[in-house]
Amino acid sequence: MSAAAVDVREAASAAPAAQFAPTQGYWRSVFSRLMRDKVTVICALVILALILMAVFAPWIAPEDPLKGSVMKRLRPIGSEGYPLGSDELGRDMLSRLIFGARLSLVMGIVPVLCALGIGGLLGITAGFHGGRVNTAIMRTVDVFYAFPSVLLAVAISGALGAGITNAILSLTIVFIPPIARVAESVTTQVRALDYVEAARASGAGNFTIIRVHILGNVMGPVFVYATSLLSVCMILAAGLSFLGLGTKPPLPEWGLMLNTLRTAIFQNPWVAALPGLMIFLVSFCFNLLSDGVRSAMDVTR
Amino acid sequence: MTLLTVSGLRKHFPLKKDLLGRGGGTVHAVDGITFDVAQGETLGVVGESGCGKSTMARLLLRLIEPDEGLIRLEGRAVGTQMPLTEARGKMQMVFQDSFASLNPRLTVEDSIAFGPIVHGLPRAQARERARSLLARVGLEPLRFAGRYPHELSGGQRQRVNIARALALRPKIVILDEAVSALDKSIEAQVLNLLLDLKVEFGLTYVFISHDLNVVRYMSDRVIVMYLGKIAEAGPAESVFGDTRHPYTRALFSAMPSMDPDRRTQQPPLIGDPPNPIDPPPGCRFKGRCAHAEDICGRGDITLTSAGAEHRVACLMTQPGSGHSSAPGKAA
Repeated sequence: MSAAAVDVREAASAAPAAQFAPTQGYWRSVFSRLMRDKVTVICALVILALILMAVFAPWIAPEDPLKGSVMKRLRPIGSEGYPLGSDELGRDMLSRLIFGARLSLVMGIVPVLCALGIGGLLGITAGFHGGRVNTAIMRTVDVFYAFPSVLLAVAISGALGAGITNAILSLTIVFIPPIARVAESVTTQVRALDYVEAARASGAGNFTIIRVHILGNVMGPVFVYATSLLSVCMILAAGLSFLGLGTKPPLPEWGLMLNTLRTAIFQNPWVAALPGLMIFLVSFCFNLLSDGVRSAMDVTR
Repeated sequence: MTLLTVSGLRKHFPLKKDLLGRGGGTVHAVDGITFDVAQGETLGVVGESGCGKSTMARLLLRLIEPDEGLIRLEGRAVGTQMPLTEARGKMQMVFQDSFASLNPRLTVEDSIAFGPIVHGLPRAQARERARSLLARVGLEPLRFAGRYPHELSGGQRQRVNIARALALRPKIVILDEAVSALDKSIEAQVLNLLLDLKVEFGLTYVFISHDLNVVRYMSDRVIVMYLGKIAEAGPAESVFGDTRHPYTRALFSAMPSMDPDRRTQQPPLIGDPPNPIDPPPGCRFKGRCAHAEDICGRGDITLTSAGAEHRVACLMTQPGSGHSSAPGKAA
């Protein structure tokens, strides 16, 4: 009897339900708020420009970044043929900075992405299951958490040996614990909310609940946190290269360039400071960007 | 016709001990509850905070695993004879906190359609059903379907929660303090909506609340809970009119009177409810009861019939119980 009544109503309301309420989607409203935040937009544009620069380096760079000249070493900024000077082996600084963006950005972004995947998975699993699973995962993570991140990165890189892959691997390991920790605490909070219970009461399984109700609410904060790690990762990667544990010369990479140019700091301080300036610029932009995204994602305001 | 039978439902939460082995103990949240719900009726459940009402609601839906007890839905034991998924389609729940019970990242329509999609309805049909339900609970689908929970008022959100609970076409809806957080005027509207929906969809309600007036307005039968046990149960007019258990009497006398000349002068109940951690044997209420005697501390007190369908767990109503106020054998 009542079922028939429902069907009649469904048929009746089916016709006008074609057009939708003009409400913005969540991510669209986040995006529009981001667009209003000038600082964040500028930072995003700077990072975008740097990424494009890295991708199109061979077309943009005026010189071969590896071609040196014994005669033209350590030219100052603005000298002829070397707009940003030359380094200790007479290589064009501008070209090296442009090419250096490739490795530096890769080593800043890839470890964080890998750690986001692994750490997020660990954290969500731990937070969602709770109990013993949580204890097992989080206590293991805590062991890594006990070491300062720089020390851990250096120790792992040192143990695995120098090289780009090993540096990325060690940085990934360094960033898994903090991301897992954030993912776990957010998941634990979300899991206790009534809508997760309501979903369970609808007969949904764990996988569906995680996919529909947990991921969307957890990945936001975790993603923002990961963005703030990008700058740290950039600096750590540069630090590893500086110590000779990341990229090897003659490959252009900002951290390594900073190291090799350090001997020239008294002859040509401005040229020596350029790679550091680039590292500073990128990490600064990533930091401001993550702050901007964080406040744009705050729905309740 | 009996739709839901609950027998001997029990849930104890063990407390963690600290490093020195102190603490521990067990919270007797729900301690052996037996009742049944007939098709089409509204069963009111009242009691103070912490008496186990919400735990009971979650036990019914198996959101918490019971330690003991059997729940039969339409005569089939939930979990064994009836799969949990099927039972959860037939029993739904509306929570108290309207905001926390909606996913902030999903539109209202998607939240309602989630259950039917999980149960295998095609997405388009589930959305169609969501919109028709939105219309039914008084929210214009064109305006509200695409909105997010934070864009709605508390009353509107609770209407969405009701629509969500109805999306699986359940037989029983458990309303766990569903109107308690609303303004009085909105509360009345939502209560009337619930009454309309009950008739229209042929629903059965388990209505949990601490608000006695609301329970009286809504319920056909009432259960009074005290510290995880049923103190008194029976038809609403009988429980409200011919109150037997001292706890129920105290509870009802705590209702503010509309007549200023009949204001409650004395606090009807002294002190907080006793701790549900490792309660002493005997009557749970004896520490706060004016009529408590030594006999009340001995053994378990069972629910005993006190007139047609009216059951009371108090020795004073049980002939030959040994309590000085108990009726004689002849009575």
